[in-house]
Amino acid sequence: MSHDIAVEARDARKVYGQGIGAVTALGGVSLQIRKGEFFTLLGPSGCGKTTLLKLIAGFESPTTGHILLDGSDITFDPPNERPVNTVFQSYALFPHLSVADNIGFGLKMQGRPKAEVAATVTRMLALVRLDKMADRKPGQLSGGQQQRVALARALAPSPKVLLLDEPLSALDLQLRKEMQIELKRLQVETGITFIFVTHDQEEALTMSDRIGVMQSGHLLQVGDPRTIYTRPANRFVASFIGESNFLTGTLDGTALTLDAGPRMSVEAGQGAPTQGRVTAAIRPEQIRITSATLGDGIPAKVTQTVYFGTDTHCRVVLKDGTEITVRLQSPASGDVGLHPGSEVTLKFEPGALIVLPEAA
Amino acid sequence: MVDRTFAIARLPGFATIAVTVFVLLYLPIAMLVVFSFNAGDSVAIWEGFSFRWYPEAWSNEAVKAATWRSLQIATAASIIATTVATMAALGTTRRRQTKGQSFVYLMINQPLMVPEIVTAVALLIFFSTIKVATGYQGLGYLIIAHAAFCTPFAYLPIRARLESMDLSLETASADLYASRWQTFRYITLPLVMPGAIAGLMLAFVTSLDDVVITLFVKSAGQDTLPTYMLAQIRRSVSAEVNAISTLLLLLTVVLLTAFFLLTRKRT
Repeated sequence: MSHDIAVEARDARKVYGQGIGAVTALGGVSLQIRKGEFFTLLGPSGCGKTTLLKLIAGFESPTTGHILLDGSDITFDPPNERPVNTVFQSYALFPHLSVADNIGFGLKMQGRPKAEVAATVTRMLALVRLDKMADRKPGQLSGGQQQRVALARALAPSPKVLLLDEPLSALDLQLRKEMQIELKRLQVETGITFIFVTHDQEEALTMSDRIGVMQSGHLLQVGDPRTIYTRPANRFVASFIGESNFLTGTLDGTALTLDAGPRMSVEAGQGAPTQGRVTAAIRPEQIRITSATLGDGIPAKVTQTVYFGTDTHCRVVLKDGTEITVRLQSPASGDVGLHPGSEVTLKFEPGALIVLPEAA
Repeated sequence: MVDRTFAIARLPGFATIAVTVFVLLYLPIAMLVVFSFNAGDSVAIWEGFSFRWYPEAWSNEAVKAATWRSLQIATAASIIATTVATMAALGTTRRRQTKGQSFVYLMINQPLMVPEIVTAVALLIFFSTIKVATGYQGLGYLIIAHAAFCTPFAYLPIRARLESMDLSLETASADLYASRWQTFRYITLPLVMPGAIAGLMLAFVTSLDDVVITLFVKSAGQDTLPTYMLAQIRRSVSAEVNAISTLLLLLTVVLLTAFFLLTRKRT
């Protein structure tokens, strides 16, 4: 077993209830998270990401399978015996304790000497920039400050792994952006392994070293943000992370004949079929539009343009009826010069079209 | 435009009925308080203002003994009831809900529903067997009996407090290396404390005021304040009883005000 794995899930399954009413929250997930990594579990609500987090924290036990921390099996250890701390979605700050006592709680429960607790609390307060708030009660703090107390409280006992359960979802947009940067800074400064749960794909892309995309209790793809975005493993990943257009066609080696007309060469995707009916994905920003109906490319007709400021989204329809969204950078004049009914040609780099490793 | 919403306060005669009910509820009490300051011996004829009944009641050794006994019983019984109620409330709110949950609630609250006289007779028979067997004649029987019927009064505010508590706090405590006992000691107990104090005071007032069960369970010479007053009134209606009642009323009002302040939602 490699020494740089912090947390490992081995075929972890979690089923709630029994018999007919049983619900499978997690359907056999295997995953390795590296030491010092900022790992994000990304998926829609109900995909099992929070369940997996609870298995790692010890709030739940898997129905079958194992959880390993630093190579040792902790599947049935109670939460208070795991060197793992959690930042809760609701923060769960103790309302009757001061900010300092909240932050020092974990160390106090571990029976550390008072002087050490006090020193660590001071250091943590500085780390999250709340030096002046030590004696306040959580109820007297703003949402962003409570968030930072929750972070400091979970980091104070220097856990091997920090679990974050959608900690930014209660904050407004501006504060969320600040906290994203703050979280990343804390992770780099402390070097602690962060496992971050979110349904926000942008949050996942900007903060993570690696992302695990989940759906319906299964892990669909694990990879760094660029790989996840540019080489999605299936249709769900392609549409959940960023936007994607889907084209169907018939593949023969590297030659793809689209249902909408032209024949083009594509790169063979990893694990993708090389023959037969396939689905290919392309990102809206990878497509260019030329007004002429000349040369290579896919002929299309504009149905709608929507102005978004920096971008203009242009909806076009292909010959076979497939609807495609194209994201164009708005020109200085603000007018892309396309109107419903315009005959256009869609162009893109050969590598932009990704054949998905699943049947059409 | 016609307002079609139904409001009971707009029905004809609402104010009249409300005022009548409050007068009927509080007029006798007001009269009792007024006549406790009566200079004469009568409880019906006003003969001038005087404080004489208060020192008179206080100089009565029987009143002092009964008061002291009542306070002892109420203190011990309310502490026992609150402890039991806290454990019961933890058991009913911190475990997975089971099918028998409503049956458990029913069992805990049964002293509220079973006629008091039935409990009284049952306790009389039960305790007399024990008295014969052990020879013990002390206040213990009264304390146990009071603790039993005071428990549901303590249980209700404690359960309300526990139910409104965010369960993730206890999860967070466990996550931060606290054992079950530490979580209870440092998180659950301090947060449930206002509910527990409210429960304690309700139990205390309930015990202080009990007549029926006390009459059946007490041994000779174990009069509490209410049973002493009842015995006094049987002989002759004395204005002394008015003075004692007024003081009891004052104590109850103070405790219930404190209860109200403690259970009020803090904003």
